[in-house]
Amino acid sequence: MTWFSSPDDAGARLGEVGYLADPATATTTYLAGALEKPLLVEGPAGVGKTELAKAVARATGADLVRLQCYEGLDEARALYEWNYKKQLLRIQSSQGDDSTWSETHDDIFSEEFLLTRPLLTAISREEPTVLLIDEVDKTDVEVEGLLLEVLSDFQVTIPELGTVVAVRRPLVVLTSNASRELSEALKRRCLYLHLDYPDAAREREIVLSQVPELETKVAEQLVANVGRLRELELKKAPSIAESVDWARTLIALEIHELDDKAVDDTLGVVLKHSSDQARAVRELRLRR
Amino acid sequence: MTSGLVDRHIAFLEALRGAGLSVSLAEDLDAVAALSALPWDRRETVRDAYAATLVKKQVQRPTFETLFDVYFPSLVGEGVQGAEDESRDETGQVRDNAEALAEFREQLLEALADGDEERLARLAVEMVGRFGAMPGRGPGLSSWSAYTALQRVSPSQLVDRIVAALLAEGRTDDEAARTAGRRVGAFTRQVEADARRRIAEEKGPDHVANVAVKPSIDRLDFTAARKADLEEMRREIYPLARRLATRLTKEHHARRRGHLDFRRTVRASMSTGGVPLVTHHRPKRPHRTELVVLCDVSGSVASFAQFTLLLVFALRDQFQKVRAFTFIDHVHEVTHHFTPGADVVDVMSDLAASTAHAALWGRTNYGRAFTKFTEEHADALGPKSSLLILGDARSNYSDLALDRLQAMAGAARHSWWLNPEHHRHWDTGDSVAGRYGEVVPMVECRNLTQLGEFVHDLV
Repeated sequence: MTWFSSPDDAGARLGEVGYLADPATATTTYLAGALEKPLLVEGPAGVGKTELAKAVARATGADLVRLQCYEGLDEARALYEWNYKKQLLRIQSSQGDDSTWSETHDDIFSEEFLLTRPLLTAISREEPTVLLIDEVDKTDVEVEGLLLEVLSDFQVTIPELGTVVAVRRPLVVLTSNASRELSEALKRRCLYLHLDYPDAAREREIVLSQVPELETKVAEQLVANVGRLRELELKKAPSIAESVDWARTLIALEIHELDDKAVDDTLGVVLKHSSDQARAVRELRLRR
Repeated sequence: MTSGLVDRHIAFLEALRGAGLSVSLAEDLDAVAALSALPWDRRETVRDAYAATLVKKQVQRPTFETLFDVYFPSLVGEGVQGAEDESRDETGQVRDNAEALAEFREQLLEALADGDEERLARLAVEMVGRFGAMPGRGPGLSSWSAYTALQRVSPSQLVDRIVAALLAEGRTDDEAARTAGRRVGAFTRQVEADARRRIAEEKGPDHVANVAVKPSIDRLDFTAARKADLEEMRREIYPLARRLATRLTKEHHARRRGHLDFRRTVRASMSTGGVPLVTHHRPKRPHRTELVVLCDVSGSVASFAQFTLLLVFALRDQFQKVRAFTFIDHVHEVTHHFTPGADVVDVMSDLAASTAHAALWGRTNYGRAFTKFTEEHADALGPKSSLLILGDARSNYSDLALDRLQAMAGAARHSWWLNPEHHRHWDTGDSVAGRYGEVVPMVECRNLTQLGEFVHDLV
């Protein structure tokens, strides 16, 4: 199966399922499908990295298999694990029988006792699959080594069973907040996409598509204000997720005019550091 | 692909490698595969395909953009619009006189005040074509200069008028000034890019690629940074501190396993029929140091000292205690400026304001500063503390007070000296890096990457 027929097709189909992609995102997503290479998406928090993977799954009708990375993730939770307890049970229950040890030995290392984890699941599936490896920068360096075999050859080697090769290659999306440099070996195998804050027009479209009840005029004011906030030197600039939250807040509070007072009252929705709020109030002269 | 395209592709990759991007053969092949899978009717698509396959670090993106513009220019010569421009007279020469200059500046002002990107791009091309041409000594020797064009049109003098226009739109003072500065800066970069494009067209891209590319922001020398670069560096400090903190926590955790916790191991083995499949360990006690930072804040190295201070304080939870002192020829404690969660910009301005306290006569004098430090703040150094001195070791030929420095280094557990100058400049002129280096180990620290590495090793 081809995932998308052209960059424009990728952009249009992502748009249909509610993800407004810019041309660079559409092109790179198309390439990830066409070249069957994993796609590494980096960018600040809340710009829609994870959402991109979900949108690709929705747009192509594929199922999403997700591996959430965290510190201390190991192969037992990423690839596969032998079901030790079941194996122990099997050994203990066969002690009374006449069956030989070699039979039991062969038996307990069969697929029945194998617990598949996300990476192996994604590879062994026959239906179209999008594999999302979320926040890959949170893992230890050893896990990256583990990913290499999966990402370059789409296969997993299990010593007792042999090599499992992908029946159908999944589309892999890796996301990272760049909290540490990923290894060159991993990056070399991936296509790279940096997602950043969108321009004003696109952000307005995104906000309006997520919160259709919002009036166009208020949406414009909101996007302009978010743009002004991003220009300030803040610890954490407001992301798209926060713009959408802001829009929902305005709906809930029934604010139809986003003036300085309204911005001041609802600033807590977009800025999450007290020093950032103080700075915004001062620089934008919200309290006169 | 025809042979011309392959040559250009290879040359482009070579230029990227020359500029410090590590482009492997596998990525080269990926790029070709990506280009084969795409329609070529849009320049942006080709650029995105190259970026997706070759550039794996966002800090390298500006370098990539510059080189892409040189090797795959967006237009040739004056472009279609330029050729039809009525500003040429009958002989086909571009009109260039005082009247035209004034008229052009008005247009530029309007475009900058509106922030009209498309028009600005067009004006940048026009500006280099009309005001940046340098007549050559003979045919084929003519060249283009962004410098000449910028000097003649001088967009930076328009800033005040742009600010006025923005204020009329209801922006606040600071915001208007910042926006105007950024727009003029962006326009200046466009003009420079266009000059590069024209030179590349005449002399070949390889000629330009060698000279025109600036190092990426994390490899830029502190001492060579321009004002805009410094602002960009300041924005990089928090992400850098965050990355360092994550890395440190992770390494710390990796080494955390202490002695075997026998009780927990046995208890856990109950669920597997008494077979201990997983061992459990006691956590190790963390070891934290106290840090004393002493930094030279005289003009030549002020920005370096500020960055280091910001980084150290951003990582303050990795240390037990941090105390900071600034000096020029007198010592002044600045620890109180760094409150947790403080705003970077405020801290910077406070630091700049407090520079006055660090100077009596305003000429750097390391010897006097060390003497004052041992007299007034000797209690800061103890057997648990590490001493960090920042400065270029240029002491205006004054007394070095080596014995005082010796005493300070002796009182502290470890001591280092960070020097923002390149190693080859040490011991030139009034630099006494070598003599101080004998007392306190001196480390070269010229850019954010080196600074990050040093702070990481320090913790």
